Amino acid sequence: MATRQTQILARALLSPAVILLFIWMIVPLALTVYFSTLHYSLLDPGSERFVGLENFEYFLTDPAFLASLQNTLVLVGSVLLLTIGLGIPLAILLDQPVIGRNIIRLMVIAPFFVMPTVSALVWKNLLMHPVSGLFAWIATSLGMTPIDWFTNAPLLAVIFIVAWQWLPFATLILLTALQSLDEEQKEAAEMDGASALSRFIYLTVPHLARPITVVILIETIFLLTVFAEIFVTTGGGPGLQTTNIAFLVYSQALIQFDVGTASAGGLVAVVIANIVAFFLVRIVGRNLEA
Amino acid sequence: MARKVTGRHVAISTVAAWLAGFVIFFPILWMVLASFKTELEAFATPPSFLFFHWTTENYVTVQERSDYLHHALNSLIIAGGSTLIAMLIAIPAAWSMAFSPTKRTKDILLWMLSTKMMPPVGVLVPIYLIYKNMGLLDTRSGLVFILCLGNLPIVIWMLFTYFKEIPKDILEAARMDGATIGRELIYVLTPMAIPGLASTMLLNLILAWNEAFWTLNLSTLNAAPLTTFIASYSSPEGLFWARLSAASTLAIAPILIIGWFSQKQLVRGLTFGAVK
Repeated sequence: MATRQTQILARALLSPAVILLFIWMIVPLALTVYFSTLHYSLLDPGSERFVGLENFEYFLTDPAFLASLQNTLVLVGSVLLLTIGLGIPLAILLDQPVIGRNIIRLMVIAPFFVMPTVSALVWKNLLMHPVSGLFAWIATSLGMTPIDWFTNAPLLAVIFIVAWQWLPFATLILLTALQSLDEEQKEAAEMDGASALSRFIYLTVPHLARPITVVILIETIFLLTVFAEIFVTTGGGPGLQTTNIAFLVYSQALIQFDVGTASAGGLVAVVIANIVAFFLVRIVGRNLEA
Repeated sequence: MARKVTGRHVAISTVAAWLAGFVIFFPILWMVLASFKTELEAFATPPSFLFFHWTTENYVTVQERSDYLHHALNSLIIAGGSTLIAMLIAIPAAWSMAFSPTKRTKDILLWMLSTKMMPPVGVLVPIYLIYKNMGLLDTRSGLVFILCLGNLPIVIWMLFTYFKEIPKDILEAARMDGATIGRELIYVLTPMAIPGLASTMLLNLILAWNEAFWTLNLSTLNAAPLTTFIASYSSPEGLFWARLSAASTLAIAPILIIGWFSQKQLVRGLTFGAVK
């Protein structure tokens, strides 16, 4: 039984973490809110003045914002489609009786452990280079014209890189869920004469609904903030073609040194992330009751 | 296991799975191969797959020209340091929430989770300015601090789900026998918690090692870990493919090995216990 003494102790043990996280969350965010109402440029020190919501107006009506919002949505959506669309068959495949499954699992999970700057540069140079890359060689060998990925389809190139990094995550989670599907249930369905297709539709798909939701939400949180892959491959270009919101805020802050507008943009990013987070917290929270 | 598994079924899925695994793993394999080629061969068309002049000179060049070990040491200090500090703060917190839960424990846990969802760009400006004013830009301690805070919610969550699985009856029994809280912690709880502690540490080490938002924005040279160092190859020097591959291979090798060992815990850690 919890005595008064242990209660006090429990609180004392918890408080450092709570206090630190509280400061970490509130102080920078409050500063961002404060900066977002100022005209504040690092190139023009001393000129700070209160401008109300002008930065938001400037950020939201800037054509770069709409372009980057669109890029963000296309990036997140495509990567989700690719990772889940390929992750489901892959997980089902790995759930079959396969010789050497553990080794295949290691190969499939590996891209997730590669640091983003490495995967981006390896893909950009060794694979996607229009002249010496492996893809160019394959295309030429098949009698096709090699694609100049980062000139003609830069966003698609970034999407492929990011999808390659996140496919293992989706696959691993779906596989874990599949393996927890009751073997007896599958057997019973089989005994009752259910075909492989109907077993898939009525047993596997409903069982995967929850892990798929979890994959979507968690990937979305990370994909909204994709940064390093863009930073080392395209620098947001050509033009604004691969600038997402995270990169736009970065370039306004640390390239144009416009603190006010960057802060307004940062808050917009926080709002977008919060919409996703709202749903994730509800799902995880429901799990906590059980 | 009474399910019929035909030989044909096994053969087809085995071939398909090996093929899929190979395709997914291929970019890493290709990079490792390129690291043993000369610059000319790495760039050559048609590419050579195995029959090239194998050389280790790139690994020597990477160290001599760019002081690879300096950046590797930075990575080790930053990832290791932030992990250790996060564990020190998280263990008591998770312990307290798992064994002396209150009405608000669930809310606190969800609130901690929500701090992880804040996009880093939302606080990039103030953090950058604070760091600039405090002289923390491009310092290891600055990066240790920020990565520690950034991963703290995940660490607390993972530890919490592990601690939660330790049967409470054992603690009650220990208390009945007159064990103090200190003894309970050292002799009863710690041995049971070690597997959970270890996998939490490993996952956090991976996340911190590969973190590439704060490291890219807050470090340039002195404190630059491997993520920032590799990014420097995106400049014209990126034309040295063999060297880039050698540096990359060295940068991912340790984490790939740790990652392979802790892949089972990965699912649980990254889904905050929603998928086990």
